[in-house]
Amino acid sequence: MVLTLCLTGCGGGGGKRVVNVCGWGENIDEDLIRQFEEETGIHVNYQTAESNETMYSLIKQGGADYDVIVPSDYMIAQMISEGLLEKLDYSNIPNFDLIDSQYKNLSYDPQNEYTVPYTWGTLGIIYNSTMVDEEITSWSALFDPKYAGQVGMIGNPRDAVGAALLYLGYSVNTTSEDEIRQAYQLIADAKANGIYQGFFMDQLYDKMEAGETAICAYYAGDFLSMHDNNPDLRYVVPDEGSNWFVDAMCVLAGAEHKAEAEEWINFICRTESCLANMDFIWYASPNQEALASYPAYYEENNGEALDPELYQIMAAPADVLERCEVYQNLPAGTLALYSELWVELGIE
Amino acid sequence: MRNKRALFAVPYVGWMALFVLAPIVMVVIYAFSAASGGFTLDNFARMGTYAVVFARSFKLALIATAVCLLVGYPVAYMISREGPRFQRIAMMLVMLPMWMNFLLRTYSWMSILENTGLLNRFFSAVGLIGLVNRLCGTDLAYFPMINTQGAVVLGMVYNYLPFMILPIYSVIEKLDGSLLEAARDLGANSARVFLRVILPLSLPGVLSGVTMVFVPSVSTFAISKLLGGSNELLLGDLIEQQFLGTAYNPYLGSAIALVMMVIVVVCMAVMNRFGEGEEQAVML
Amino acid sequence: MKRHGRTLNRLLMALVFLFLYAPIFVLIVFSFNDSSSRTVWQGFTLRWYVELVQDRQIMSALSATLLVSLLSTVIATAAGTMAAVGFFSMKKRWRRPLLTVNSIPMTNADIVTGVSLCLLFVAFFAGWETFAQSVNAAQGLIRLPTRLHMGFGTLLIAHITFNIPYVILNVLPKLRQMDKNLVDAAQDLGCTWMQAFWKVVLPEIKPGIVSGALIAFTMSVDDFVISYFTAGSATSTLAMVVYGMTKRRISPKINAISSLLFVTVLALLVIVNVREARQEKQMAQRRL
Repeated sequence: MVLTLCLTGCGGGGGKRVVNVCGWGENIDEDLIRQFEEETGIHVNYQTAESNETMYSLIKQGGADYDVIVPSDYMIAQMISEGLLEKLDYSNIPNFDLIDSQYKNLSYDPQNEYTVPYTWGTLGIIYNSTMVDEEITSWSALFDPKYAGQVGMIGNPRDAVGAALLYLGYSVNTTSEDEIRQAYQLIADAKANGIYQGFFMDQLYDKMEAGETAICAYYAGDFLSMHDNNPDLRYVVPDEGSNWFVDAMCVLAGAEHKAEAEEWINFICRTESCLANMDFIWYASPNQEALASYPAYYEENNGEALDPELYQIMAAPADVLERCEVYQNLPAGTLALYSELWVELGIE
Repeated sequence: MRNKRALFAVPYVGWMALFVLAPIVMVVIYAFSAASGGFTLDNFARMGTYAVVFARSFKLALIATAVCLLVGYPVAYMISREGPRFQRIAMMLVMLPMWMNFLLRTYSWMSILENTGLLNRFFSAVGLIGLVNRLCGTDLAYFPMINTQGAVVLGMVYNYLPFMILPIYSVIEKLDGSLLEAARDLGANSARVFLRVILPLSLPGVLSGVTMVFVPSVSTFAISKLLGGSNELLLGDLIEQQFLGTAYNPYLGSAIALVMMVIVVVCMAVMNRFGEGEEQAVML
Repeated sequence: MKRHGRTLNRLLMALVFLFLYAPIFVLIVFSFNDSSSRTVWQGFTLRWYVELVQDRQIMSALSATLLVSLLSTVIATAAGTMAAVGFFSMKKRWRRPLLTVNSIPMTNADIVTGVSLCLLFVAFFAGWETFAQSVNAAQGLIRLPTRLHMGFGTLLIAHITFNIPYVILNVLPKLRQMDKNLVDAAQDLGCTWMQAFWKVVLPEIKPGIVSGALIAFTMSVDDFVISYFTAGSATSTLAMVVYGMTKRRISPKINAISSLLFVTVLALLVIVNVREARQEKQMAQRRL
């Protein structure tokens, strides 16, 4: 028992400044961590979570003592409604002003009291131009029998049902049970007709690059990584509209190292940090300066100019964003419906 | 004398009470609770809808266990017949694959089994696919192996085969050679020696092996996601969805896990009884 | 006929080993791939190995993994062997239910074990906080830390908990197989029970202990779900890092570290085997 106490670590005291961060894997340029530690003397414990839900589960059990977490918008909305996040002291985060106003006060944090955006992007259709004859412009590609056996559906209930809802002309944030069931039925029918190879997430990287899967739905930044390895791939935000998302940094309620956490967030908002991150993970930064100057930065670092088309995919222009919606946190009943339908899909 | 030695187990019994039983008690409490607190049987009422998943998981796990037994037993037996140096090397080689991370190995099977994967590329290069097309009148560009139930069973067998080979080998290796000689002297041929002497004596190892393969196979989740394409839900996926899924519902998850645990424990209790009976017969 | 049987045996064994090693081979080959793809080969490079050494997260995860797995295996093997001996000597009435409880960490899905242990620790910490606060308020001599975190200690406890059943499951059959007369004979010849244990029982069950320890160690290195829920925010194991990477893509750096680990263990085992073989040769020669 005594051994346990010694090993579990005591709270407070110690002297050395520490901050515990949890983000996605491969989602930060490691040099930034080192730079931060050198500048501030704060030791960073960087851990990774595999998904929003995994992170949420650990936090809900009470087993996570992170200071900074970087979940996605809908998860943040859920956490705020459950009181899991701490309000930020924005006077400690002066670099917050560098964040463009279109990423502030979004539906998941309307008064912007809890979050600072980290990256943003769009959900779209990725397809292999050598395996698909035509140009794809609509979500119908995911439900079209002519692509049977070649489509990889996204393995995430909100995105999958969202795609179906958009195709049917509804909002991705609808709470109408009827509409959601319609969307679900579309997916179930497609699955029964053998259109899908399966429901994939990160497996899509390798499947798209190798030409195993011809069409899928996935995120813009990830498309750019895939494009690096297979230039035949194309990305499109469908005509019916799509989802655009923001991953944002927030502080857990009752976090021990709040001051250090705010210093970390401030550091990440810096233009240099955002530029380095963008180069590493291919996701757009909400820092307006960094986003605007990224093509020049890319040219400097890589010796060649950034393809303007790729830049447009990474930093979707206003007209694309106009047809996109941000996910809102859905009421518990709707979430339960999503979950129930998703399980039914797997039971077939 | 005997009972004093039994006290050796006491510290562990204490440890179990704290770190095995107490968490189970929490799982049981959760299984019978609702999100709003209070006792409920709702979670169990929903089990009916998941019967298909239970059946599927147990079926696949049984198949995987049977395959492991059919492949693992002969291998263990053959290894035990070789020289001591070979045996050592063989045992080492059997355990070594486990050292690669489980997720990595499963991803690796993906790249082998995919439609554009290594196996299919090899088959098409040697003309096997063309041959099958001619023989069966089909028009395949590749053999569909990935995202099927078969791939999931393959994944289970691959990951848990060493757990079948090791215990069986460890028991067979120590069998008293004189017993086998005696049986042969009494006129039994090889087949009878195997069936009447070796097989019954190796049963404890077989039971260990079956346990260590069946149980993780029932509750695995990454394999059906990666090799099965999430097309068919297994128990492990179902439980994972409750704890790490869209609708966080640890109460339902605990209920499902509890039912799964009970079924498995019942199976194992039956097996243990069977095992002990055999032991009695031998000890005479 | 026997010779044919022998070659058939060897062929079957070779096939099984090919089956076991094919994915490993693919993994190692792709750790030299000059792109992050897992299936498309784009040239040979050593850069993942270079980047691996500079990756702080992976390196610290590696040392945490090795430490926790080694420690938990050693403790689990010792405790498990002792417990197995205890179980073996028990009356069946006690033994059967205890063995059932023992098998719970194995029959339970990883995730349930992980979550329930997490809940247990959280409940314990909450209770401790109130306890420590009242003790601190009551007197000023000893200041107890009020806020405990999950960390290496809880991780170790979790690993030991799920390792011991594997050890017991491997040692118990060997104990059952052991000839009881050996122990009686040793005692008749003047040994105390302890001596009889060390000199007679232990060598008999050694293969079971060794295989149990090996399995425990491997399970410990490979586990990610239980570790995720019990390691806290400051400690990561290698398997946790790999699991976390599945949001984006598993970097070939992981292939590199796994290949290195694999080759290291292989080399170690080869060295141990060569030494043992050499020792046996020397002993055989001495006898001549």
